Amino acid sequence: MATTSDAANDTANEPYVLNIGPQHPSTHGVFRLRVVMDGEVIRDLDMIVGYLHRSMEKLAEERTYTQNIPFTDRADYLAAMSNNLGLCLAVERLAGVEVPERASYLRVIFAELQRIASHAMANGTLVSDAGAWQTPLLYMFREREKILDLFEMTCGARLTTNYMRIGGVAFDPPPEFWPALQELVDELPARIDEYASLVQDSEIFLARTRNVGVITAADAINGSLVGPALRGSGVPWDLRKAEPYCVYDRMEFEVPVGRHGDVYDRFMVRMEETRQSTAIIKQAMAQIPGGPHKTDIPLALRPPAGEVYGRVEGPRGELGFYLVSDGTPAPYRFHIRAPSLINLSLLREMAVGVSLPDAVVALGSLDIIVGDIDR
Amino acid sequence: MSRAALPPATPMARQILDHRSLLQRARTLPGEARVALALLGIMTVAALAAVGYLVIAGTLDGRWYDIRDLGNGTSHLVYWMERQGWHPAIPYLTTGLLGGLGILSLVGGWLVIGSWVERRLLAKFQIRQGPNRNGPFGLLQPIADALKLIQKEALIPIGADRLLYYLPPVLIFIPAMLGWAPVPWAARMSYVDMNVGVVYAIAISSLGVLAVFLAGWSSNNHYALLGAMRTVAMMVSYEIPISMTLLSVVVLTGSLQLSQIVAWQQQYHVWLIIVLPLAAFTFLFASTAEINRTPNDIGEAESEIVAGFHTEYSGMKAGLFLAVELGNAILVGAMMATFFLGGYTLFGLETWIPGYLILATKIGAVYFVFVWLRGTLPRFRLDQLMGFAWKFLIPLAIVQLLVVAVEALVIEQSGLPGVATVSGAILVNALLTFFGVRAWANAIGYRPEAGASTPILTTAVGGLRAAARLQAVP
Repeated sequence: MATTSDAANDTANEPYVLNIGPQHPSTHGVFRLRVVMDGEVIRDLDMIVGYLHRSMEKLAEERTYTQNIPFTDRADYLAAMSNNLGLCLAVERLAGVEVPERASYLRVIFAELQRIASHAMANGTLVSDAGAWQTPLLYMFREREKILDLFEMTCGARLTTNYMRIGGVAFDPPPEFWPALQELVDELPARIDEYASLVQDSEIFLARTRNVGVITAADAINGSLVGPALRGSGVPWDLRKAEPYCVYDRMEFEVPVGRHGDVYDRFMVRMEETRQSTAIIKQAMAQIPGGPHKTDIPLALRPPAGEVYGRVEGPRGELGFYLVSDGTPAPYRFHIRAPSLINLSLLREMAVGVSLPDAVVALGSLDIIVGDIDR
Repeated sequence: MSRAALPPATPMARQILDHRSLLQRARTLPGEARVALALLGIMTVAALAAVGYLVIAGTLDGRWYDIRDLGNGTSHLVYWMERQGWHPAIPYLTTGLLGGLGILSLVGGWLVIGSWVERRLLAKFQIRQGPNRNGPFGLLQPIADALKLIQKEALIPIGADRLLYYLPPVLIFIPAMLGWAPVPWAARMSYVDMNVGVVYAIAISSLGVLAVFLAGWSSNNHYALLGAMRTVAMMVSYEIPISMTLLSVVVLTGSLQLSQIVAWQQQYHVWLIIVLPLAAFTFLFASTAEINRTPNDIGEAESEIVAGFHTEYSGMKAGLFLAVELGNAILVGAMMATFFLGGYTLFGLETWIPGYLILATKIGAVYFVFVWLRGTLPRFRLDQLMGFAWKFLIPLAIVQLLVVAVEALVIEQSGLPGVATVSGAILVNALLTFFGVRAWANAIGYRPEAGASTPILTTAVGGLRAAARLQAVP
């Protein structure tokens, strides 16, 4: 051929495959994105999960309901309390176990503390993904550290707490717990404001997160999005309001809802939820009655044959436990509806067609926990 | 909590519990040792005071042992060699060697201290402790780091171009060292006080990108290649605003020679950052892009492309890249200090304090700003960064250059006193900075992002219809 067109020789637009993960700073665990890229722009995206699969749901079928509680700690390892609570509520409904009032209040306090700790981690890592070298993350860790100290004080563990029991909670908090909690609740609003002033009006952060990773309300509902991601998209859906469990119907709080459905809205929804959680803890502390923290249940609890779907509003959204009992001490089927996995399925809609930095920020805003995805 | 009652569980915990500060350790010294230490301190202060008195009294002035000016010692050596009637190449080579060794040891010292300072400062920004295990205040941490890096296995990725893979960590050092040549450390004290110093500085600063691109290309890794491409794109864009701003400096001061630029600032008793605030900001911002530092560290954005062009480098090769990055930050600090912060001068104080100490202090100040930015700001996206250079910095730099050309003419040829003309220039440039930036931002359609939306608070939950109801209410 005498002349070759430039387009034929042009290899600049040849797409290539980039493996993001399983070891990558912004995949938040062992999770892999197989990305087809054209320059800096993502053309296609595969999410490859399963690196942390521990076969929890199958293992659970060999254990009693109480023995299964530690598994839920390790599913979503940043929200152990909420996971404990979800399983216990489901089993209690299946077996018809009554919960003392004090236990319900304790559950609310610890679930909300867990929400604050988890949101601190989520927002901190999101800003780290946007490039602020760990500073906001470490500021948020300051409060998370105090919450974990409270957990340790109460049940001896910081992450894998294994605190809730079927019919109550494992321990009543020690006397020194309450002043420490009061101190934390008193200083939290100011700390949250300080953190917000550090990040939320930063021009660079706004430029990086506004109108990035937008999900419309309809898409969010169709994609079964839950939690702060769903509320960020403008849908006012919170299980604590929609079908109150424990004593949430006695608490006064508001549900924050985003306006645009972008990364920034999800960030702001989480910030506002930590404020609301602080308010809930304050009310629970004022209302908590005395009495037992636990009802006695048989060692090998045998719920009647049947099935139940119990759900709670975890930090990442609706966390469901689908249990089938055949009348034996072990569940016949034990299924976890993990918020991280379902939220992650929307990443494709957000990330295809945008550049790599936007995709990283969008992934960070979904707040996935790989233990929750793989189980 | 009753955790303190328990014995420390790990060696690390034991170390932390047993750790005592220098002051605490000094308090437990025996009495004689404390007296001896106090005497030593008093004698040191007295000696310093005596030397200071001699310096101020002028007794030591102009001698080779004058501690204020290391350059004097060298020149005395050269005169001595010339008096001996040796071949002129010998003093020339000797001074070259001495100066080179001086710069090498100085930059090396900066690297060691700088890496400690950066980690320690960042830790303070991030409410952490920072390195405090090795030596007092963790001062030996850089040495421990270097030893660890040297011990590490040198890995070469499969499919890497071996020669090109080995070269960049060495190559990238060359411009980082050459860049120091024209920097005036004191009056008559620079390695080469060339008359085209500014052109030389710009030329040398664009050399580093070659090594970066080699590293990215030869690693056989997409992350490395992406990082290299980003760095090259950024360098090409940001060379222009840097050159433009330095051009306005050159036009105003009327010289390409760095010592002359400092002399101009000395003559009018004003720093160029006050005369040309816009140019100073442009230079600082563009420099962060050139040397890959936050908020423009997109060439090695950790959360996106792992470590950018040096992803595949391990051990001391990675260490060299990191060292050069730090060295470049210090070099940019020196340039910033020379061009905009008065160089080695400090409003007359340079006759009392050695010029190189003043310059080092200014470099430290600029470096502190870099660390501060790193501890505070998120990162721009590549397109935002390029857009900022092409749509914002370059047009403004051109306008600044045109304005400065007129001002330089007035200062040079109007015959008015320098105070009046330079003050006028400061006023005009301040107005240009304040209103010009706003006007241009409006012209290109930029709206500040601040005042961003806060979430709607509601107690009514529901699905899509509830969402629509909520959004309808303003």
